[in-house]
Amino acid sequence: MAAEGQQHPLSIYIWIWILLFILSTFSYLVDYFQLQGYLRWNLILIFMMLKAGFIVAIFMHMAWERLALITAILVPPVALLVLIGLMSIEGDYTYIARAKFFGVEEAPVVEHGHATAKEH
Amino acid sequence: MAQSSGEAAASDVVTDLVTDWAAEKEVFKVHWGKAMMWIFLLSDTFIFTSFLTGYMKVRISSTMPWPNSSEIFALSFGGEPIPLILIAIMTFILITSSGTMALAVNYGYRKERGKTAVLLFITAAFGLTFVGMQAFEWTKLIVDEGVRPWSNPFGAPQFGACFFMITGFHGGHVSGGVIYLTYVAIGVLNGRYEKKGYDIVEICGLYWHFVDLVWVFIFAFFYLW
Repeated sequence: MAAEGQQHPLSIYIWIWILLFILSTFSYLVDYFQLQGYLRWNLILIFMMLKAGFIVAIFMHMAWERLALITAILVPPVALLVLIGLMSIEGDYTYIARAKFFGVEEAPVVEHGHATAKEH
Repeated sequence: MAQSSGEAAASDVVTDLVTDWAAEKEVFKVHWGKAMMWIFLLSDTFIFTSFLTGYMKVRISSTMPWPNSSEIFALSFGGEPIPLILIAIMTFILITSSGTMALAVNYGYRKERGKTAVLLFITAAFGLTFVGMQAFEWTKLIVDEGVRPWSNPFGAPQFGACFFMITGFHGGHVSGGVIYLTYVAIGVLNGRYEKKGYDIVEICGLYWHFVDLVWVFIFAFFYLW
C-alpha cells in the first residue's frame, strides 16, 4: 500500500470532515454557554484531543502507516510533557513569589464596555 | 600498533560513519519526501509546543487577571456582541480547507489532475481567507484596542506578547502553506508530476493538515481556556 500511496474511499474523509465540524461546534459552545471550572477545561481537552487524533490518524494517514514511522513521529513529543510539567511547577512558584512580595494586582477597568475587568 | 597506524584508524572511523549512514538500509518505507516532511513537522511540533508552554508559564505566574478572550474576540453584527465568533469562523474555515485538502490528496493518487488542482486552489483560497481574517483581528487589536506586546488595556501585560507570537507564527505557517499549495496546484495542472507520481500532493497535504492541527491546540489553549 505504501508504494502505491495512501488510497482510501472518499467516504471516510467526508465522515471525518463532518465529525470535525461537529466537534468544533461543541468546543465553541463550551465558550458560548460560558461553562466554567473543571467541566470547561475537561470538555475543551476532550474535544481538542479528539479533533487532533482524527486529523493525525485519518487526514494525515497515520492510522495506515507502519509502526517505524508512527513511533519515530509520535514518541519524541512525549518529552514535551516533561517540559510542560516542569514549567507548570515553575509557574506556580513564580506566582506565589510575586503574590507574596508584590501583591496581587487588579485588572484595569476599560471604559468602552465589553472589555471590563473580570475576577477569576 | 595504535601509534603507527593512528592515521589509518581515524580514516577507518570516518569510513564506518559514512557507510553506516550511506548503506542501503531503508527505515521508513514511504516516499523520502514524506518521511522528511514528517520529520520537519516533528520539529515544528517542538517549536509550537514551546510557544504554548511559554504562554502557559507566563499565564500561571501572572498576578494580574488574564484578559478574557471570549470578550476580546467578540464581534457584533448590528446587535449584541457574539462571544469569540471571529475565532469560531476562522476555525471552521481552516477545517473546511483541511477537508478539501484531504480530497485533493485522494484525487491526486487517482491521477485526476483537474479535480486535484481545483481542490488545491480551493484549499489555498480558504487559507488566504483565514490569513485575511487574522489580519483583520490583528488590526482591530492593535489599532482599536491598543494591544501591544508589552501592554494592553484588558489585564495581564503578557497577553500581547503571547498573542502576537503564537498567532503570528501560526499565520506565517498558513501564509507559507498558501504559497506551497499554489505552487503544487500549478504543477499538477501542468502535469509536472505525471512521471514523478503524486506523492507531492500528499506531502503538502501533511503540511496543511499540520497547520490545522496546530490551530486546534491554539484554539483550545489560547482562545477557549
